[in-house]
Amino acid sequence: MAEVLVLAEHANGEVKKVTFELITLARRFGEPAVVWTGPGAEGARDRLAEFGAAKVYVAAGAEFAEYVTTPQAEVLASLVAEKSPAAVLVAATGEGKEVAGRLAVKTGSGVITDAVALDDGLVAEQSIFGGSIVVKSKVKTGTPIIAVRPNSVTPQAEAGAADLVALDVQLSDAGKGAKITETVVQERGERPELTEASIVVSGGRGVGSAEHFSLIEQLADSLGAAVGASRAATDAGWYPHQFQVGQTGKTVAPQLYLAVGISGAIQHRAGMQTSKTIMVINKDPEAPIFELADFGVVGDLFKVVPQLVAEIGQRGQV
Amino acid sequence: MNIVVCVKQVPDTWAERKLKQGDATLDRESVDGVINELDEYAIEEGLQQAEAHGGEVTILTMGPQKAADSIRKALSMGADKAVHVLDDGLVGTDGLQTSQVLAQVLTRIGFDLVIVGSESTDARMGVMAAMLAERLGVPQVSLASKLEIDGQAVKIRRQTDYGYDQVEASLPAVVSVVEKINEPRYPSFKGIMAAKKKPVETLGLADLGIEADQVGLAGASTEVVSFAQRPPRQAGTVVKDEGDGGAKAAEFLAAQKFI
Ligand SMILES: Cc1cc2nc3c(=O)[nH]c(=O)nc-3n(C[C@H](O)[C@H](O)[C@H](O)COP(=O)(O)OP(=O)(O)OC[C@H]3O[C@@H](n4cnc5c(N)ncnc54)[C@H](O)[C@@H]3O)c2cc1C
Ligand SMILES: Nc1ncnc2c1ncn2[C@@H]1O[C@H](COP(=O)(O)O)[C@@H](O)[C@H]1O
Repeated sequence: MAEVLVLAEHANGEVKKVTFELITLARRFGEPAVVWTGPGAEGARDRLAEFGAAKVYVAAGAEFAEYVTTPQAEVLASLVAEKSPAAVLVAATGEGKEVAGRLAVKTGSGVITDAVALDDGLVAEQSIFGGSIVVKSKVKTGTPIIAVRPNSVTPQAEAGAADLVALDVQLSDAGKGAKITETVVQERGERPELTEASIVVSGGRGVGSAEHFSLIEQLADSLGAAVGASRAATDAGWYPHQFQVGQTGKTVAPQLYLAVGISGAIQHRAGMQTSKTIMVINKDPEAPIFELADFGVVGDLFKVVPQLVAEIGQRGQV
Repeated sequence: MNIVVCVKQVPDTWAERKLKQGDATLDRESVDGVINELDEYAIEEGLQQAEAHGGEVTILTMGPQKAADSIRKALSMGADKAVHVLDDGLVGTDGLQTSQVLAQVLTRIGFDLVIVGSESTDARMGVMAAMLAERLGVPQVSLASKLEIDGQAVKIRRQTDYGYDQVEASLPAVVSVVEKINEPRYPSFKGIMAAKKKPVETLGLADLGIEADQVGLAGASTEVVSFAQRPPRQAGTVVKDEGDGGAKAAEFLAAQKFI
């Protein structure tokens, strides 16, 4: 059986959930082989085995973590040449897509980005134009390279060997052009990651200030949810950019999305409209976000949200 | 400094965008074309860097005849000249092939700095900076929310999923910008008048030595199997807060088993 290469997403030795989703998906199309760049593979091995990774190809040198996208692309390209895999799966994150782009050029292969499902024959489903059209497409040329959106698949455990295979590769000089000199992590408390969370509570311009975002955080915490924000809120500096939901932010598709003080501009909807259930709190009954609402409250968020938090506190979260 | 900004014309995000029944390509005729919003930030950044360090800004667009309007707008913002790749053979060209065409032009006209948007609002691939850097063999400094140039050194703040990275490279390089980097200017009346006289070079596939079967639908590396309109969401319940809005919201969440 041909291998399906899965590029691991990890930070500080911790494997991102999307990697387990990709391994789960890969199992349907071949033997899942994880590709790991930089340090940390040994520590992650057990977790990778739990989801059925047959092999873990490792390019462990520190330099593989020090440059922008070239290390992953070079390692994947050499494995594509050597193993002729059935496909290469990466996470559809900013970086994952860039790696996919480079690999496509290196191997002369077609690339599909932002897939939300894979059908038989590696037919990828995408949701385009802000979620209004569903397209199915496939790669015609070379090795299919598919960037899959986080949270599109439920990771399913299945034991795998996760044999570590050290790769004898060196980063080319051309690959050392863009050096990462500093990494800054802007955490906002211990909450689930935005793209992985099953509930997301987002605040917009209606929240009014950075201080008032604590209201959004309280609501999120009462539900065990991640916090998101509209562009109006991140541009104003009320919440860091990596929490932005929408066209130029993250795309989320949680079980429940709560939009608080957000009008529902098309660029915002592009990032959340495939959420299962949508709840809206907004004082303007004409706000377009109500078109998406399964349940909406027309009212002042400064009144509605505290009451909701109190009610949830009484009932308890499941 | 020789700065080239890649600008794509896209259907207006606010319009209803459709795929054509026959070949599943984007219906570009039925809607207004505008500059890809992210590319306005790329143009602005190009202009600011040229103002700070001297040099010329060239707009590079591959697209149909009507993309000429977007080129004019970019020139009226202050760019110096433009190259328009225009050829009927390009209909249906995918991202991989687009990068080949753009790279070919870039090699031909030369550059110190190439600036692209972080993604286009229609294709939303977000791959162009990586593909161009790979083809041109120059560093990729992408997803920049801040760009500094000092002599030959380029420094960016790269937007990441967890915060940001500082990244350093040297010119020539390919930069992609996110919308946090600047505030694009509006064309002035003077700019609009001046743009009419600025040179636009039009190139076809033959000029670039690209064979017709390498591009367009025939040469595309991906194909659409099917597409369908997503069924609209079912209308939900909307209540007005009469002092009990939070409680009603909680009832809904409980009924849906979220709490
Ligand atoms: C290239 C480009 C990319 C973009 N990308 C994104 C993106 O990724 N994500 C994104 O979100 N946007 C994006 N936008 C911006 C988008 O067009 C909107 O400007 C933005 O989403 C508006 O944010 P908002 O809904 O918070 O603010 P507004 O549109 O100002 O809406 C605020 C809402 O809050 C309500 N409100 C005010 N006070 C209260 C109160 N006390 N109680 C209850 N409700 C209240 C108001 O009724 C209003 O509906 C992008 C735009 C461009 C051009
Ligand atoms: N046809 C084109 N002509 C010029 N620039 C383009 C074209 N297609 C893409 N680009 C550039 O590549 C960026 C990213 O596009 P994409 O990878 O399609 O999301 C855009 O913001 C443009 O700067």
